[in-house]
Amino acid sequence: MKRRDFLKVTVGGTAATLCTTAEARSNLEPAPQAVGMLFDSTLCVGCKACVSKCKQVNDMPPVIDGDELGWDSARDLSGDTLNVIKVYREGEAKTKDAEINGYCFEKQSCMHCVDPGCVSVCPCNAMRRDGLTGIVTHHPDVCIGCRYCMVSCPYNVPQFEYNELFGQIQKCQMCNQAGVERIDKGQMTGCAEVCPTGSTLFGSREALLQEARRRMELKPGEIYNYPRGDVRDPYSYHEKPAPTYKQHIWGEKEAGGTNVMHISAVSFDKLGMPPLQERSAASIAETVQHSVYSYLALPALALAGLSYTVRKNTRDDNGGEQ
Amino acid sequence: MSNHQALGGRIFTGPFIVLLVVFVIGCVFMVERFTEGMGAVSNLNGGFAWGIWVVYDVVVGTAFACGGYALAFMVYVFNKGQYHPLVRPAVLASLLGYAMGGFGAFFDMGRFWQFYEIFIPGNWNFNSVMLEVGLCVTAYIFVLTLEFAPALLEKLGLDGLLKALNKVLFLLIALGVLLPTMHQSSLGSLLIAAGHKVHPLWQSLHMQPVLALLTALIMGFSIVIFEASTSAVGFGRESESPLLAKLGKVIIGLLVAFLVIRLIVLMTQGKLGLIFGFDFASLMFLLEMALFVIPVFILLSPARRGRGSQLLIAAVSMLMAGALYRFSAFLFTYNPGPGYSYFPSVAEIMITLGIIALELMAYLVLVKTLPVLHPEKHA
Ligand code: SF4
Ligand code: SF4
Ligand code: SF4
Repeated sequence: MKRRDFLKVTVGGTAATLCTTAEARSNLEPAPQAVGMLFDSTLCVGCKACVSKCKQVNDMPPVIDGDELGWDSARDLSGDTLNVIKVYREGEAKTKDAEINGYCFEKQSCMHCVDPGCVSVCPCNAMRRDGLTGIVTHHPDVCIGCRYCMVSCPYNVPQFEYNELFGQIQKCQMCNQAGVERIDKGQMTGCAEVCPTGSTLFGSREALLQEARRRMELKPGEIYNYPRGDVRDPYSYHEKPAPTYKQHIWGEKEAGGTNVMHISAVSFDKLGMPPLQERSAASIAETVQHSVYSYLALPALALAGLSYTVRKNTRDDNGGEQ
Repeated sequence: MSNHQALGGRIFTGPFIVLLVVFVIGCVFMVERFTEGMGAVSNLNGGFAWGIWVVYDVVVGTAFACGGYALAFMVYVFNKGQYHPLVRPAVLASLLGYAMGGFGAFFDMGRFWQFYEIFIPGNWNFNSVMLEVGLCVTAYIFVLTLEFAPALLEKLGLDGLLKALNKVLFLLIALGVLLPTMHQSSLGSLLIAAGHKVHPLWQSLHMQPVLALLTALIMGFSIVIFEASTSAVGFGRESESPLLAKLGKVIIGLLVAFLVIRLIVLMTQGKLGLIFGFDFASLMFLLEMALFVIPVFILLSPARRGRGSQLLIAAVSMLMAGALYRFSAFLFTYNPGPGYSYFPSVAEIMITLGIIALELMAYLVLVKTLPVLHPEKHA
């Protein structure tokens, strides 16, 4: 059965059980002026300029692995790494962008979900989605460290600083957290700015989506003029024959979509993207939660009913027992 | 007016000293957690943000502590006064179990020094299941404390306070039914937002709260049977089998409801095939099913139901079944994606064991010094 069909069945079938009075909440829509990034895996050469720029913007130390002192060797996101380039390798790893015997690079950082799980589940509103730009920021001043945001993020993005006694959650905030505010100041994200190949592009979600769709249309080998920087106003271009793109814009629809989107010549499950459906888990969780609680009206009613019954029964009970 | 008595006897028995040792070892690691940080003592990582502190201490531990909930439900709401002798020990066990959950949650809280942020209304996110769990469990710990307070007030001879408390007892009991219904179902709902990370055999989405609630009730009733039978053996008291056997009948209904809903969900989701994949998840699922089915057979037969030993087997089977259901969903088959794995560290295990030891020591001391258990002739 298709996931959507099964959702229909389960939604319908269990509505009664859950005393549904609240409307099912569907996926959130993209923010009106959503900004994001487009990562084109076929352009990435693995130079990790974005990793080091990200550390500079966010004032984080490099991660040193063994003797490799020359550059940042972070292999995974952590409290010290908000952005990481991972390698896909298969067989002899000879040909760039080939699934078999090939290799390619994949960027991992916050996807800035349109319907972010981390925001939906945070008990204290320490994760916030900006109403205008859709940028998801973290606010440690009210965070209790329950780490539900980590559990509910499909991409395992939020990272807790386990190694510090007074640690906090760290995640990419699209270079727009208080004190940095690159986007508010009209700049682009650090990683997009330094990317030499335009593999990481900045821009509005709409413009990026259009660019991604244009690339989907390219015939393999066709020369295309690839922009660098902000897709709406690139600072330069370079020409390159188009690869064989997979006809899939990751983040257009997945779990409600993301503001950071990826395209690639290697399928996304091989690049470590999670198995997501179109409906966001957050929207299902909120539907259930609000059905059960109907904004606290139901529990209040239940308490009244219970108190009455209990009172009646304990009275009879005392009379009967003594 | 109360028929309860303190058990009396020595506090420092052999088992108590063993528990004390475990607790002291646990304390060493607890100190380390609050001086060096979580990373120094735990194997938690970017993919497995929740380990045994959340999953055992809170998710499974509070289900073990549902005895008070299950009995309050029966005794007062359905007007079954005859279960009275079991209520007070069950409330005590629940109080201690939930207190342990609270402890565990605090150890696990990454930013423990500002835990109070969750109690500030201005911060509340009503979409968050975690908010519901946090507030509701806290409120329930207070309710349990008040529900248990009569034992202490009787001992101290504070009759005035006792009378005042008895006047609002009905409200406390109503809350004692309502609050666990809310947060025990929410413990299941926590899994919905984890989406694909929860194994398909356990990701029932909309039915998470229903299944979690059923396991809470099943485990709650089982723990009542378990405590009553073991304290009958351990303290050399007469068994309360006839009472327990009656409870057994209620449980059959819950077990059947759980099994039917669980299978219907898998059927409508088109996942029945996964049951016989014979991989790790499928084996865990089959084991869980077996543990739920065995007690149905034991409890269906009036002869078996009447025998203490059989009842105890059924109870243990159900406790393991419910615990396995929750463990599998939250940990054993939980898969955040490639590159992440988790097995609890010695320190994590010792901290959890330390808290359990503390809970058991408190139980032993309190039943010996406060009027908790019922004298034998009434049983
Ligand atoms: S990728 Fe994760 S951290 Fe980023 S917005 Fe989405 S849910 Fe939140
Ligand atoms: S760890 Fe902090 S930010 Fe994440 S869900 Fe918990 S309170 Fe919110
Ligand atoms: S947007 Fe900024 S914080 Fe996010 S990955 Fe890029 S450089 Fe790092």
